[in-house]
Amino acid sequence: MKEIIWHGRGGQGAFTAARLLGEAYSLRENTFVLAFPSFGPERRGAPIRAFTKLDTKPIGNRSEIAKADYSIFLDDTLFSEQAFDELKPGGRVLLNTKKSVDDERVITIDGDSIAGKYLGLPITNTILSGALAAVSGLITLDELTEAVKQTMPERLHEKNIAAIRAAYEEAGK
Amino acid sequence: MAKKFLSGNEAFAYGVRLARPQVISAYPITPQTIVVEKLSEFVEDGSLKAEFIHVESEHSALSCAMGASSVGARAFTATSSQGLLYMAECLPYAAGGRFPIVMMNANRSTALPWNIYGDQRDSISQLDSGWIQAYAENAQEALDLALMSFYIAEHKKVSTPFMANLDGFVLTHTYEVVDVPTQEQADEFLPSLQTDNKMSLESPKNLAFSAGPDTNTIFKYKEHIGILNVSDAVAEAERRFEKIFGRSYTGLTESYKTEDADYILITLGSISGLVREVVDKLREQGRKAGLLRLRYLRPFPNKEIAEAVKRAKAIAVLEKDISFGNEGTVYTNVNSALQKAGLSIPASNYIGGLGGKNISGEEIESIFDELTDERSRVEFLGIGGEDSGSQR
Repeated sequence: MKEIIWHGRGGQGAFTAARLLGEAYSLRENTFVLAFPSFGPERRGAPIRAFTKLDTKPIGNRSEIAKADYSIFLDDTLFSEQAFDELKPGGRVLLNTKKSVDDERVITIDGDSIAGKYLGLPITNTILSGALAAVSGLITLDELTEAVKQTMPERLHEKNIAAIRAAYEEAGK
Repeated sequence: MAKKFLSGNEAFAYGVRLARPQVISAYPITPQTIVVEKLSEFVEDGSLKAEFIHVESEHSALSCAMGASSVGARAFTATSSQGLLYMAECLPYAAGGRFPIVMMNANRSTALPWNIYGDQRDSISQLDSGWIQAYAENAQEALDLALMSFYIAEHKKVSTPFMANLDGFVLTHTYEVVDVPTQEQADEFLPSLQTDNKMSLESPKNLAFSAGPDTNTIFKYKEHIGILNVSDAVAEAERRFEKIFGRSYTGLTESYKTEDADYILITLGSISGLVREVVDKLREQGRKAGLLRLRYLRPFPNKEIAEAVKRAKAIAVLEKDISFGNEGTVYTNVNSALQKAGLSIPASNYIGGLGGKNISGEEIESIFDELTDERSRVEFLGIGGEDSGSQR
């Protein structure tokens, strides 16, 4: 099973990203997915987490993910050394930041610049999904594009797909 | 059928839409869940032809559903937690009136302390209200149960309201891949509602009347027989369901590797998935573990439980519920089933997951470890520290 934790602040779309990844993976035959937010009340701006579990057999464990293959931060103010405690051996952090981080476990991408160019808003959830597709190979760019079409309102399709493609190319370099 | 990626709430809403209810009454504010919001969207976009009535409380939501049901309309409502408790006065009313209303309840904790996370104390506190109570494990079962619940509630020999329970958050808010049947299949499965006690201008009736001491017992007895008949109605509904949709279910309980099991954990709802994984792990180590999932608490599956556990050396009940001053209510009911069947098997009770507390695979494994001493105990999971949670 592959397990992904999404970190963001309320309003940044972490749960939407968790669902988008799940939807993309579920387009394949014989796949099983759970995607869920951290349980409880929701508040704008407060740190939240969301979770995606991907497998080729039914998933019985509905608990929050303790150790992830990828831990993704939409907001670099939420990132600290503690992030490494929730990684499986060989797991990676995917961090949206303009800074560079000197740690082989951390992959950085300047998602805000891509968001500014394609979306005109500092929302990076779909962008980090595109970056994840490039660095992990868990899903293809086509699957992610199809998931956007199936889950998001039509007026958001074109610019999000363009942003995802840009992030995919940037992260794949 | 179409594959969709849906939350438990949404899956249930799709199932309700397929059942073509004519009236949906709901109070939309906390602790209500997305299920009625989704249904209101279906009504708005015209994909569901129903009267959607926003009422001012959960008490009114069920009262409204009773009114609709009395004139022969298929009625649906939904609630959760404190909302269910506020509705509580109306629950025996609907059951005594034999109104085959379907309600989805998102299982969430009750105050105080204030907590909107999942546990099953809300619905279990209402076991004596006269409603059928079923518990789904995953989103597919939630959708299928939505459709079947109308068939069972409206069955001529049942005519009893149906409470379909989905674990709060871990099922209601979690997205999964779900097969959504076609409307044609659903129509083949579920005929339109025909009731004997329909009130109309052409056929005026006296409903919701008084019955004094002379006749009251016979009404209550008939109510009891009606809910006992659910057992046969479930079997009938599931046979019919499998024929049309190709998915099968196993009645009031689901046994997993219980046939030769020495130690069996009995539980209900979404935690069953994790228990199944632990059973598989223990089986790989050569340990004879099993799971018995209670799909229904009312009617209570006395015979099914006795049959499943009769060869076990010890059993335990894991439940997200406590009847303060006694023990978990499911455990009390299970012990009664054992006693009636003449079985003297050590039975323990593990109370966990209260107020949304996570139950881990390691904790479930340790329950199976503790069962090997073949004693009876009542314990709380997740207290930690020096207070082990042991009650006796």
